[in-house]
Formats: sequence, structure tokens, C-alpha cells
Amino acid sequence: MTTARAARRRTALRLGGVVLAGTLLAACGSGSGTSLSDTAGGKVTVTVDLFGSFGYEEAGLYAEYEKLHPNVKIKQTDTQDEADYWKSLQTRLAGGGGLADVQGVEVGRIASVTQQQADRFEDLRKYGAESLKGQFAEAKWAAATAKNGEVLALGTDVGPEAMCYRTDLFAKAGLPTDRTELSKRWSTWDGYLELGKQYKAKAPGKSAWLDSVGSLFSIMIGQEKERYYNASGELIWETNPALKTAWDTSVEASEAGLSAKLDQWSPQWNQAFSAGSFATIPCPAWMLGYIKGQAGEAGKGKWDIATLPGGSGNWGGSYLAVPKAAKNKKEAYELIKWLTAPEQQAKVFAKQGNFPSATAAITKIAGTTDPYFSDAPIGQIFGHAANTAPVQVLGVHDQNINQQITNALSEVERKGLAPQKAWENARKGVANTLG
Amino acid sequence: MTLTAPAEPATPPRTAPARRLRDRLSPYAYVAPFFTLFAAFGLFPLLYTAFVSLYRVELQTPGDMEWRGLGNYTALLADEFFWTALRNTFTIGVLSTVPQLVMALGLAHLLNYKLRARTFLRTAMLLPYATSVAAATLVFAQLFGRDFGLFNYVLGLVGIGPIDWQNGTLASQIAVSTIVIWRWTGYNALIYLAGMQSIPSELYEAAEMDGASRWRQFLHVTLPGLRPTILFTVVVSTIGATQLFGEPLLFEGSMSGGISHQYQTLGLYLYEQGWGFFHLGRAAAIAWVMFLLILVLVGANALVARRRNRKEAGR
Repeated sequence: MTTARAARRRTALRLGGVVLAGTLLAACGSGSGTSLSDTAGGKVTVTVDLFGSFGYEEAGLYAEYEKLHPNVKIKQTDTQDEADYWKSLQTRLAGGGGLADVQGVEVGRIASVTQQQADRFEDLRKYGAESLKGQFAEAKWAAATAKNGEVLALGTDVGPEAMCYRTDLFAKAGLPTDRTELSKRWSTWDGYLELGKQYKAKAPGKSAWLDSVGSLFSIMIGQEKERYYNASGELIWETNPALKTAWDTSVEASEAGLSAKLDQWSPQWNQAFSAGSFATIPCPAWMLGYIKGQAGEAGKGKWDIATLPGGSGNWGGSYLAVPKAAKNKKEAYELIKWLTAPEQQAKVFAKQGNFPSATAAITKIAGTTDPYFSDAPIGQIFGHAANTAPVQVLGVHDQNINQQITNALSEVERKGLAPQKAWENARKGVANTLG
Repeated sequence: MTLTAPAEPATPPRTAPARRLRDRLSPYAYVAPFFTLFAAFGLFPLLYTAFVSLYRVELQTPGDMEWRGLGNYTALLADEFFWTALRNTFTIGVLSTVPQLVMALGLAHLLNYKLRARTFLRTAMLLPYATSVAAATLVFAQLFGRDFGLFNYVLGLVGIGPIDWQNGTLASQIAVSTIVIWRWTGYNALIYLAGMQSIPSELYEAAEMDGASRWRQFLHVTLPGLRPTILFTVVVSTIGATQLFGEPLLFEGSMSGGISHQYQTLGLYLYEQGWGFFHLGRAAAIAWVMFLLILVLVGANALVARRRNRKEAGR
């Protein structure tokens, strides 16, 4: 499970890495000045520290909230790359200073919060969060609840999965372009690979069927309930048959030459969107905004969305939490309660494409279509996926393990390494990760 | 002091000891700020890192420190990734330092002649150095792109197939080294140039009278005269190469230095352990190993230099 929103902006913020070391040091002792709150002029300044684009500012939600609460001022800081954000948040949590009133948490990290750092975040039941439970999709709520029942964060978006494809390239290769027909033809992953082989035979230009086998693996693993850990928290990835299937399918796609061999989130990958280097890309809801950004106006109407082969799944999504060290906890809770309410989630979806985790919002947006994607009924496609996606077992090291496995798959894909050897590399990599 | 003393007979003898004390202490007071800062920001972190390296510490749960003794160090000996990083650091170090210094010498030699726009050229040498690592690396990462990169485009024109600059072991190391070379060659050239200007011009004139070509002058006048400067740049470059971090990190934005760790340096491995996997104890151990490595390398350099000097003196 790559960090959805996270990764979305990774390339933009390669730069961030350099200053990171300095930032970490700065964040360590003193706390960054921007995230400190103050109460100047009788107003409470609630600080919000996020990563990627949650879309609140874009959807005008802060302005709206400030209007509703004249005594509150909201100040947001934003790190584009989630990996950098998480590092810096961990450093500040360890040091106990410089924390904002509201901190964003990616779903791949929420297990770390509930299992390792429950003592660093506010139990939101204190403020009456229990009453919100019915508002959210069950899985979303459960993932942010610690073993002893503490509610440590409120859900924002989720990452229901679908398959995005280029109708113009499909037409040139003589494949059907209708989304209902395609959904039928690739109802299974075998069907998807079969169509891919047909595409390859008549592929226009030098385009490939798929962007990378890494994204294929990640989306397939997103369809599983148990992935790297089982429900009792044991590591099972090496023996998990579902993971093996995802691995084998990815290897098959690679060996059939269906992949454009791109590294997700790399500059090359970004360029490939507008260059038309691949015809399909598995897409969680948050990917839509990314595709629009990379393919640009020229891509409008060339894309479409069909359902995902092999059933529904989830990849990514986020939470909002209030650290124990926050200055304005009460106000922070009021803010995140409002931001994660169905009305606001629906507004963010309309503006940004981040799919809501509040059930009422999902019904509210059911009729949404997206002109960029040939008027695909995104509300219905992603809504169905969100409602039927399995409740995933999350683990502390999900992100890192996924990274090691997709790295190994890239070795197969780009260096022609024997799959057996690559698997061995993945094992060593995971062992190294877990330390 | 003794010279001025008789000139000031009015000084009351009572204050003399106090003043003497002050005079004796004042130099220490002047240097104290540096040493205080060094103790706080240099020495303490160094020692604390050594302390942490003996424990198992995770960034997410910094309170639970588990004594491991030298466990973190012995684990490194059996750690395949560590050895890969060490090897990569060495090969990238050689690939970047050697051409860089050779080119810098050549450039400095050329700039030492009377040229038009000499000042402009000398200033221009420093421009790459003044560019931030991030900006330079981002540009180079684009140039080295597999599908749309300029280098592969040019290679394609002369019929050489596209090279996968990111995934090939040697190719990726050359690409990373290129960025280092680009940034530091001019900087070293200016240092050499400064060294060259301290070589007496009579030596060149005499050589010229003897009919020595410019190449011979370079070999027999410039190089021997520059020996201390060259030693200095070698030491500085060695330290820089051992700590190489920004270029490989930003080349693809991956902490693992490529999908097969093919260009992961020690600095990057330290970062991955510490800030990717949050194993602070292990990261601290790597930091200390790097520190010791640098000490050994610099020591070896000094030893070689001293032996050469002694030989020279004996001649």
C-alpha cells in the first residue's frame, strides 16, 4: 500500500529530501515556528499539519469554518511528500514538541499510531467522538481504534479501486472502448492479461498495456483482507497465498512484456501520462486528480474508467488525529469533527476526487460523473468499490514491506532478474526493514 | 609585554597580578565560543550517537531502549546491504573523485595562462558549486532519463541503444558520479589555481629557457609545486565521497539507492535505516563506522604524505 496521496506528490518534492536533514534537526529541539499555536487577539489559532493535498483549502472549507466560528483562525502547513511528513512527525512525537493541533495520518501508518503510539495521541472519546461512529464506513472507524477502545483519529478519504484506461489507444489497437463491455471482459485478472496480450499485438506507437507491475501488485494486494499480517498481528506475507497470486500475476505481466517498466511517482512515469506510454493504469479514486494533473487538458476525454478486475479493493486514504502535545485540543477536535462530516467530505470529493469515508457522503455523491474521464459515473463505480471492499488487516510495517516487494518486482520487470531470485531479495529486504 | 612594561610606570602594582591573569585567560575567552558550540553541537551528538549505537532504539518508541552492546556493529558485519553500500561508496568515490581532480588540474593549468576574460572564466568555474544539490540533481535526473532523457537521445543518434541509467549498476553509478563531478570540478580547479599562483614564476621561466614544453612544465614544475594542495583536495574529496548523500538520494528519490541498492551509499544506507525504517540504534552504528572509516582514510593519506616528504627530504 503505497502512500496514496503521499506518493502523488513525491516527485514534486524530491527537493524536500535535501532540506529534510536540517528540518529534522530543527524540528527536534525547538519545534517549527509555524505549527505553534497562539491566541493573539482573543482568537484561537488552530494549527493543521498535513501532507499531499487533503483539499480543504482548495474546497474553501477553512474559510467556511472560520465564518461559522469567528473566534477561530486556521493555519495549515503542508508537506507534499508523505514519507518526509511522516519522518518529521515521528521526530516531533519523539521529542514531544513542535506538534500541530491537528496532524494527518495516512492509512498505511494508522496501525503504527494505534499499536505503537496510542499514548501520544488524544483519545477522541473524551470529546464525544463515540457518537460519530455510525457516520463512517465500519472499516475506516475500526482501523483508527486501539485495542483498548481508544479512538485515535477520524477518517477522511478512502481509496476504492478501479481501472483507468485510454480509449484512443484502445481504439487504435482494435479493442473495445466501452466501459461496461471492458468491465465484463476483464472481470478477472486473467481476462485483463488476455486483453493486454491482444493489445500488445497491435499496440500503437511504443505504448505498453500497463504502467508498471508495481502498481499491478499494489492494486491486487488492495483487494485482500489479509496481506502482510494476519488478524492476530503475525507476519504472514511469505506464506499468504493471496500475496503469492498477486506476485505471480505481476511476474506474468512482466514476462509477457505488458509493462512500460516505469517507476511509479518518478519523473519518467509522470512524463508517460501525456506521452501515452501506457494504455491502462489501476487507479484508486485519489489517482484521478493525479492523472488530470499529469496528462493535462490534452488528455481530457481520452480517458475512461471501468471496474477493477477481480473485485473491489482499497488502496490508500487518510485520517486526522490530535496529538497529546497539541495546544488547542478541544478546538482541534471540533474542527476535525466538522471537516470529516459527510457534507464536507462530499465537497472535497467534488473538488479534489478524494473519495469520502462517511457513508452518508457516499450516497450523496452517487450520481457524480467526471467529464475528464468521458463522463464515467465515478460516484457509482467508486461507491460500489468502497461499499464492497474488504476490511483490511493493517500492520505497523505495511508501507515498508510493500516497498521491498515492489522493488523486487521492478528487478524482474526492468533488469530481467529471475523471479525466484527477486523473491529472495524481497525476503532479505523485508528482514532488513523489520531490523 | 616586557617591552611595554617600563613605559608605563604609573600602573599600580596591585592590579598587576589580576591583569596578568586576565591577559593569560583572555585568549581562552576568545576561543571559548567556538569550543562551547563545538561541545554542544559537535562533541555531544558524537558521543550520544556512540551511546545510542549500543542500544536497540526505534524512533517510534524512543523510550524503550534495549541494550545490545556491540550487537549493532556485529550485525553490520553480516549485513549484505551494508557491504553493498560500502562497495558502492568506494566505487562511486573513485568514479567521481579521480576524474574530478584530474579535470580540475587540467582546467587550473589552462586558467593559469593569460587568457581573455580570465576573471569571468574563473568565476564561471564556481557556478556549479554554487548550485544547490537538489536543483542540479533534478536536472541531471531528467537528462539521464531512460525514455525521454537527453543523454539517451544523443546516444541514440550515434546508434547506441538506450541505456537504463537508473537501473544498471555501473550506469547508475556513473550517472551519480557525473553529478558530483559537475558540481565539484570547478571548486577544486580554483583551489589548484590558488596553489599554482604560489609557485614562483622564475621556475617556469627557467623551464622555458631550457626549452621545456608546456606539458613538461606542468609535469615537472606545476605538479611538484602543487603537492600539498593536491593532498589537501584528496583528503577533502575523500571525506566528501565517504559522506556522499544528496546526489544518490535525489537521483530517483529513493532511499534504497535504486531497486537493487545499486547506487546506495553508506550515507544513504544510514538514512534509510534511521529515517526510513526508524532503527536509530543501527543508524548510529553506521554513523560511527563511517566516522572511523574517514579517520582511517585521512590517517592513511597523512601517512603516505609523510613518507613521501621524508623521502624527499632524504634525497
